[in-house]
Amino acid sequence: MPSVAGVLPERQGFGATRRRDRWWAVPVATLLGLTGFLVYSTWAAFQNAHFELGNYLSPMYSPVLWGDSHHAWFGPRPGFWPSFIPFSPALVILGAPAGFRLTCYYYRGAYYKAFVSNPASCTVGKPWKGYGGELRFPLILQNLHRYFLYLALGFLCILTWDAWKAMWFVDPATGQETFGIGVGTLVLTLNVVLLGGYTLGCHSLRHLVGGVLDSISGRPARRCAYECVSWFNLRHMNWAWCSLVWVAFSDLYVRLCSMGVWSDFRIL
Amino acid sequence: MASRTFHIWRAEAGEEGGFQEYSTDITEGMVVLDAVHQIQAESAGDLAVRWNCKAGKCGSCSAEVNGNPRLMCMTRMSDLPEDQPVTIEPMRAFPLLRDLVTDVSWNFEVKKAIRKFKPRPPDAEDGTWRMDQRDVDRVQEFRKCIECFLCQDVCHVLRDSQKHDEFIGPRFFVHTAALEMHPLDTEDRLADLRKAQGVGYCNITKCCTKVCPEHITITDNAIIPLKERVVDRFYDPVRNLFRIISGR
Repeated sequence: MPSVAGVLPERQGFGATRRRDRWWAVPVATLLGLTGFLVYSTWAAFQNAHFELGNYLSPMYSPVLWGDSHHAWFGPRPGFWPSFIPFSPALVILGAPAGFRLTCYYYRGAYYKAFVSNPASCTVGKPWKGYGGELRFPLILQNLHRYFLYLALGFLCILTWDAWKAMWFVDPATGQETFGIGVGTLVLTLNVVLLGGYTLGCHSLRHLVGGVLDSISGRPARRCAYECVSWFNLRHMNWAWCSLVWVAFSDLYVRLCSMGVWSDFRIL
Repeated sequence: MASRTFHIWRAEAGEEGGFQEYSTDITEGMVVLDAVHQIQAESAGDLAVRWNCKAGKCGSCSAEVNGNPRLMCMTRMSDLPEDQPVTIEPMRAFPLLRDLVTDVSWNFEVKKAIRKFKPRPPDAEDGTWRMDQRDVDRVQEFRKCIECFLCQDVCHVLRDSQKHDEFIGPRFFVHTAALEMHPLDTEDRLADLRKAQGVGYCNITKCCTKVCPEHITITDNAIIPLKERVVDRFYDPVRNLFRIISGR
């Protein structure tokens, strides 16, 4: 690589900028939003209670691989679970969606700004002298994003099934399942829609379905998939935030209904 | 007609410079470059500023206006806050030559080092090629670049971390994407992108996209797709296994 001929300007100090707008507002809002979600989701994951109500299941606990719930796939708490870690079905599965968001191209840019000021905003001085980008451990692991995408697509299918199940209510008198729609059904369905918008607009998915090819005109299915993913990708940030907030709200809704604080209203 | 105050960076190459205050009358429709020219004519005949087309197409008059990398000819005075002086300074990612003029020749050297377009053999009877417009559309966006180097200026990897020896910057990822994604091109640039050109230094702050006067979606359409191609080749063991087994 060619070197610069001449003297580069002195580096700006941390926070130094001649910008006059409220450049700090976005990183501060990101910091508060992500911290708020992190605190709530950690608290909710450790509760191991009030994550289901009849046919409703909190998306933070789905799928329940092991546990005492009637939603559990493989029975009660497994023997291999370390005794010093409190058991919760959410702790078994949350690594996958967390990894998907952590390695997401949008979130990476957002939390590098908000949490480590690298940089805090455009043309604002950084506190760090050295910079390794995403070339070294641990940030080189960001390149595994596509593997988390594969898991996220699986979770999307499971949550879609959960939303379908949320439309079938058991009549306590007859024990028969009947179709119905409650507010919880709408909450869980909207959750799938927003997560779908976020997951299907993933940059890695865009690459895998068509971006990897230089010529897709002769492959109508891949071209159509590429155009659809590109459409979602245009508003990836919006989908990312809406789905994040709605996942937390869906858990809160199921939790408060299960605790008896709120009651679920049946529309149909 | 209203008088406005300007703080303009003045310095010779290698000197410690500073802002000098100027005032000039502003009329409706003026852009920052008009004001700079007026100041040159009225009170600072020796003020150095690079400009050419005054239409946002030559990419010469790049500078930082109120801390934001902008083309001076495309920045309307009416869009800047009236109650404060307007600061104008040179780009920070390149060595200063004088006042508002920087030495951007590093960019031209970087461009020379990028592997050139290498088309496949002609496939039409007349000795040329046939391409589908839909395939060309994707790289067409990258050809809008006017080489103003505002994206290079705003990129913190060059501006703050000064990784000029290891990182080619957003402008040349756009250039490389235009070549690498071209339906006729057969050259392989992925090893260069990973090592010599440092695509892994980009941490997706999207500042380059925000300042681009041609509205090229630099990060989403050029840099991330290139990063994904590098992942395909160097960081995806399953894909590599598939490649070994299938022989493709």
